[in-house]
Amino acid sequence: MIYIFALFLLTLLVITAIAIVRAEDLFVAVILTSIFSLLMAINFFILDAADVALTEAAVGAGVTTVIFLCALALTGDQEKPQKQGQKVALVIVSILALVIIYSTFDNPQLGDPDAPVHQHVAPWYLEKTPEYMDFPNVVTAILSSFRGYDTLGEVFVVFAACIGVLFILGVSPPRKAMQVSVKKSGLRHHLIPQVVGRLLIPFIVLFGLYTQFHGEYGPGGGFQAGALIATGVILYALLEGEAEALRAVPRRVLLGMVVGGALLYGSVGVVCMLMGGAFLDYSVLAADPVWGQQLGILIIEAGVGMAVCGALLSIFHAFAARERVS
Amino acid sequence: MLRHDRRKRNFGRRLTTMDLLTHLPALQVVVPMLSAPLIVLLQPRGLAWAGATAAALVSFAIAIALTFAVLDGQTLEYAMGGWPAPYGIALSVDAFSALVLLVITGASTAALLAAKPSIDQQIEVERQPFFYSAWLLVLSGLVGIVVSADAFNIFVFMEISSLASYILIAGGPNRRALPAVFKYLMMGTIGATFYLIGVGLIYMMTGTLNLADIQARLGDVTEINPILVAAGFITIGLALKAAVFPMHVWVPNAYTHAPHMVTVFLAACATKVALYVLIRFDYMIFQTTFAEHQIQFTMFLMPLAILGILIASAVAMFEGHIKKLLASSSIAQIGYILLGVSFVSMAGLSASAMHIFNHALAKGGLFLAVACLAYRYRDLRLSQLGGASARMPWTCAAFVVCGLSLIGVPGTAGFISKWMLISAALETGPWGWGLVAIILVSSLMAVVYIWRIVEALYFQAPIEGDTPMSEAPVQLLLVTGLVALMNIYFGLFPQVPLELANSAAALLLEGSR
Amino acid sequence: MTFLELLGYFNYWVFAILLAVGLYAVISKTNLIKKLIGLSIFQSAVFLMYITMDKVEGGTAPIIQAGVENPVFSNPLPQVLILTAIVVGVSTLSLGLAMVVRIKECYGTIEENEILDAD
Repeated sequence: MIYIFALFLLTLLVITAIAIVRAEDLFVAVILTSIFSLLMAINFFILDAADVALTEAAVGAGVTTVIFLCALALTGDQEKPQKQGQKVALVIVSILALVIIYSTFDNPQLGDPDAPVHQHVAPWYLEKTPEYMDFPNVVTAILSSFRGYDTLGEVFVVFAACIGVLFILGVSPPRKAMQVSVKKSGLRHHLIPQVVGRLLIPFIVLFGLYTQFHGEYGPGGGFQAGALIATGVILYALLEGEAEALRAVPRRVLLGMVVGGALLYGSVGVVCMLMGGAFLDYSVLAADPVWGQQLGILIIEAGVGMAVCGALLSIFHAFAARERVS
Repeated sequence: MLRHDRRKRNFGRRLTTMDLLTHLPALQVVVPMLSAPLIVLLQPRGLAWAGATAAALVSFAIAIALTFAVLDGQTLEYAMGGWPAPYGIALSVDAFSALVLLVITGASTAALLAAKPSIDQQIEVERQPFFYSAWLLVLSGLVGIVVSADAFNIFVFMEISSLASYILIAGGPNRRALPAVFKYLMMGTIGATFYLIGVGLIYMMTGTLNLADIQARLGDVTEINPILVAAGFITIGLALKAAVFPMHVWVPNAYTHAPHMVTVFLAACATKVALYVLIRFDYMIFQTTFAEHQIQFTMFLMPLAILGILIASAVAMFEGHIKKLLASSSIAQIGYILLGVSFVSMAGLSASAMHIFNHALAKGGLFLAVACLAYRYRDLRLSQLGGASARMPWTCAAFVVCGLSLIGVPGTAGFISKWMLISAALETGPWGWGLVAIILVSSLMAVVYIWRIVEALYFQAPIEGDTPMSEAPVQLLLVTGLVALMNIYFGLFPQVPLELANSAAALLLEGSR
Repeated sequence: MTFLELLGYFNYWVFAILLAVGLYAVISKTNLIKKLIGLSIFQSAVFLMYITMDKVEGGTAPIIQAGVENPVFSNPLPQVLILTAIVVGVSTLSLGLAMVVRIKECYGTIEENEILDAD
């Protein structure tokens, strides 16, 4: 039964993608992209990738849409109609798609437990996680410890995006607005979003914190938590206005969170080196290696959550606070 | 239950003592990477530059230490997090890695030492901490790619270095920097995603991500189609990043409109790292598994290399803007490197490795001289540069020396690698003479475009109404002069890079047997 | 063919089609934001391919629960890789959008052909 649903979802994905490409109103395209991400997240969940589904929903459907809409507000939301160049592009991509489809007939069966993917490394992870780390979520174990170096790189990608947006948008717009426009006051005069928002924001932030600390026991972890908490603050910014949100969590705090989170992660690695292990070898952090691993993972996940939350909020404020130049 | 024995767990066959040398491969990446967030906090004027330069100098020192450690042909291994490969991520440094590490850290240090006057002119003080932080991220990303032995880890660091280099280029003062860097972002992301698809397909067929492990397990794979498609995707993705013809279109505008010191850094090493990954993948993984891959590789890459050399050199002959001219020349030089690689011989690989080193010296020096010129001249079109030799004699002298090295005049570093390339071409058999002809023709084209610049600098009349100008600041001039002198030094005493290049070629060919 | 077999191939075909759609948008559209949207579709397709790989028949998400006999888990490794890739994708997108905003401010348009004509 679930597989028919999955087939239906996949078809819907293709239809949505084609609709996105054809939409000339960019606002419609962005909302459709959000729907696309949500469908993708559901599909991931059906394929047993719970952590990834959570991340795709929070980051892909949530934060990406917000950033797109912020950018659209600054650039205008109509696309000019296409004139030429479509035929060539169509031919190239069709050839590419056919090449890939041709090669997929030799792929291992979906779900085949004897496929090479499931042999070698995966059973080792599944077997050794209880032994070395003693907590249930294998994905967190791999993400934070076995392949923790990749995650360090990922935090620095987020850091790079944050300083990049701050750098590029650190230049003021060429012409100031004619008059000092009333600072956006948000949806203060709309009753329903106010009431519902005030109910939701505490739960969103609480759920974000829960996700942060329960990443070892269920789907969750630093990235999802950071995105969720950022979403809560963004909702506050939409309701009460940009200035209020910046008073609640100022820019310097956000920059401090980004820098602090990245440095926290890296310092854990350096401390491990100083205590005699390899870089990011958490076993040396405590007398009992298992507790050392758990401690290390707890600290670096906190670093990741801080960095992601700070970065996403910095990026949002960089876009949202900009005056539109028409 | 205490498990003390885990602390003494052996991570890597050659490492039994926990001293500094052991951690060097990890430190090479960690030092610039962790310095980047710290730089953001250094708001006071000039402090960000000082911090970045210090971090770059330390990275350079680590690269030199690593070079001495691998000079006799051994490989340094490091297991991140203490987990042995293939369960964890492994780092691996051998002679080829050390050569590229020297190029990257050396170029970064030289550019940063000279950067302050030029960057102060082009970027506002408030934005400078972000700029220098991004610079360190590019450095850490590039060295992270080179020392890594895990296919997905290479992707992550490739994206770190790419994102940070978009930031650097976007700092260019001209508004044209923005569409240029946007195009670079598009093409770079497509390239990285293609690489990711290739790695995914390989993972699907072998079940592992560690490079050495993939090499071992690829022989057991029965269906070859997905591997072929994977090889195709990886090659095209990396070729996009390496600016191989015809996917080089992002280079001229990106190099031209970036801040001048950024061009020095990126032109010297950014595309070469993508070539490094391509060479590693091809020789370690694909050569061993496909029976006729050698021929396929040659058939596919050699024409592209030749086209890149000829067409880019031809375009450079007609360019009017000095930076665009040198950027087109870079594409031709990448063609040379690729040509040597496509010979699949000891001589060809040594020539390519040597050229990676020498081109960085020559191009780095040329762009440093351009930065000196740009400090005084706002407009860098050839028609506007008349009379520069009278006002900036040292800059132009350095320019001439590096230009000679680019052409390949005996006595300069460029001559060594050109000579090695020609000998390698002659070894390939009957059409070796055609290849030698192509190399000589393109060298003549290089003479033409370097001569055009020299003519503009020395023999063209200066534009009227100019206020008298002086030399570039001492800081810029010293580093430029130093790099120019190094071009001559390594032309006369090429022992160290030559030995590295030969070891590199031997390791690559041995890995592919 | 069982349903699972058909679903398996169908996943890869959808990956190929989405790849083509995303790449088409990147190559042929002139509006810069449309290009970025196409890029994000392109990247999502790659995520789909990786996650398709991780399913084991009859498996569950790789979270070890005490007291369950002989559990069958789906593969955790592609999930870790895609978590990283999603974050990288969002970062690239933010940078791209910041550039588009600045291009609009400097050139007054975000259509590629008009930008080329303006210089």
